[in-house]
Amino acid sequence: MYQKYRIKQLSIFSENRPGRLAALAKAMMEEDVNIYAFSIAEGAGYGVIRALVDHPEKAFKKLSSMGVTVRYTDVLAVEMEDRPGGLYEVVRTLAEAGINIEYSYAYSGKRCAVVILRVEDIDRAAETLLDKGVRLLEISQFT
Amino acid sequence: MAYLDEHMETISREELEELQYKLLRSQVTRLYSSSPFYHARMREAKVHPDDIRSLQDIVKLPFVHKKDLRDNYPEGMLSVPRREVIRYHASSGTTGKPTVVCYTRKDIDTWTESLARGLTSIGLGPDDVIQVSNTYGLFSGGLGFHYAAERIGAAVVPASTGNTERQIELILDLGVTAMAATPSYMLHLGEVAEKMGVSIKKDTKLKVGLLGGEPWSIKMRDRIDEWLGIKGINCYGSSEMYGPMFTECSEQDGIHIWGDIAYAEILDQETGGPVAPGEKGELVLTMLQKEALPMIRYRVGDVTEMVDEPCACGRTHPKIRRIFGRVDDMLIIRGINVFPSQVEHALMGIPEVGEHFQIVVDRKGALDTMLVRVELKKEAFTDNIVQLMDLRERIAYRLRGILNIKAAVELVEPDNLQRFEGKAKRVIDRRDI
Repeated sequence: MYQKYRIKQLSIFSENRPGRLAALAKAMMEEDVNIYAFSIAEGAGYGVIRALVDHPEKAFKKLSSMGVTVRYTDVLAVEMEDRPGGLYEVVRTLAEAGINIEYSYAYSGKRCAVVILRVEDIDRAAETLLDKGVRLLEISQFT
Repeated sequence: MAYLDEHMETISREELEELQYKLLRSQVTRLYSSSPFYHARMREAKVHPDDIRSLQDIVKLPFVHKKDLRDNYPEGMLSVPRREVIRYHASSGTTGKPTVVCYTRKDIDTWTESLARGLTSIGLGPDDVIQVSNTYGLFSGGLGFHYAAERIGAAVVPASTGNTERQIELILDLGVTAMAATPSYMLHLGEVAEKMGVSIKKDTKLKVGLLGGEPWSIKMRDRIDEWLGIKGINCYGSSEMYGPMFTECSEQDGIHIWGDIAYAEILDQETGGPVAPGEKGELVLTMLQKEALPMIRYRVGDVTEMVDEPCACGRTHPKIRRIFGRVDDMLIIRGINVFPSQVEHALMGIPEVGEHFQIVVDRKGALDTMLVRVELKKEAFTDNIVQLMDLRERIAYRLRGILNIKAAVELVEPDNLQRFEGKAKRVIDRRDI
């Protein structure tokens, strides 16, 4: 039921060394893949790069062919108002429902601000947010 | 169970020791009178052939080191007239200047016999196709297996090293049943095969890997056996001993050292005396029949332990367990002996990481640091950074338990560490000592 709100995020394992991100970004450019949002989480000596792109399958195929360790992770993309309190309204809802956020990053789209959420029970989180009238984005709605 | 030489392979221990004594005595007597090198060494150690009155008296004889071969390069230790030499090989020189070894016709025959007994003990014979993926040429590995495989009537595919895709095609097209290689090359070949869409286990007739040339662990063997669907047979030798000489039998439980060909001692590295039975130490070999380049009490430099119980296969000769490492690739880190094979052993117990690793040793101030870099398997990658941290900690904990020292762990991307077709170089020592 909430399948359409499951956004396929690319999660990439990358060693922390100069040029690594540049190589990945170049590959996306060559495939004509647009990156909407991304974040890098830093481990010790390695990082996990998370990216939302317009053509995840194409990007996945290209990265795999380069020998890059990549997998899909389902996330939610939540629209929020670009004003003080915008984020609070979204996360308060989840806090009240006892839903823990594993990680999150945000970007400011052309139309609205978007917060990307990785939660354990993605369907319950989607249901909770929709019930409270929060708008979730499908991948086709990214700008 | 087929034997190549049933009488010799199942001889009683008393008879074997009597034979060993006779062979030792006649070898020492010959060398004292005909080899300037051994004559001088025995004079120096004040020992005469007449002092060798039992097999145990072997300890009176001085050791021979790799250095002696280098110092007497190229032919200073030759112990037969030069016209009797029919072959030369040269060592790879991984730990120093290369050395040259030479063979008489009988030497080639003894070498072939020794390895052919091993191949037979694994169950190989005329129905088999053996691909020799050891280097042919100056290195003794390729030709050693080649001759032994021909001796047992098998068909030989002399593939030598390199061009792994072609090697895999040959395995498929010729119905290769056994392959001689280093264990790390065997794994590399398995990986390349998978990329080609070939399963060694399902798509080929390969059933035996004749693996040696570098220390490897039982866990690595089990992994090779399970993943590739073959029996990984531990093979042992070095060019100073002739070449690849000794193998496990189909029991895969220790390497048979043919007592009529070699006499093995295990030395305590601290005291220079023998170790207690079953203890690890440095292998010292005396080749009892070698002509052109005899080796008396040769300090091989490999660390192993003796298994002195009868083998289920019926053969009575002594066995060594396996090679745990080289005396000279033993790392001393903060005063503790560390073998790369122990690291391999530790990592094999962790399903999330591959079998390739690299050890980086450095010194910060007065303190040695050890870093183990290990490849995260593609399927083990998780987006959850906490789980990756936990994995690192689990590896570090296991390393600490096995090595008794703390090592830092770094996860690297798959296929990122260098692969080796010959001997793997897994250690980078940046300490400036």
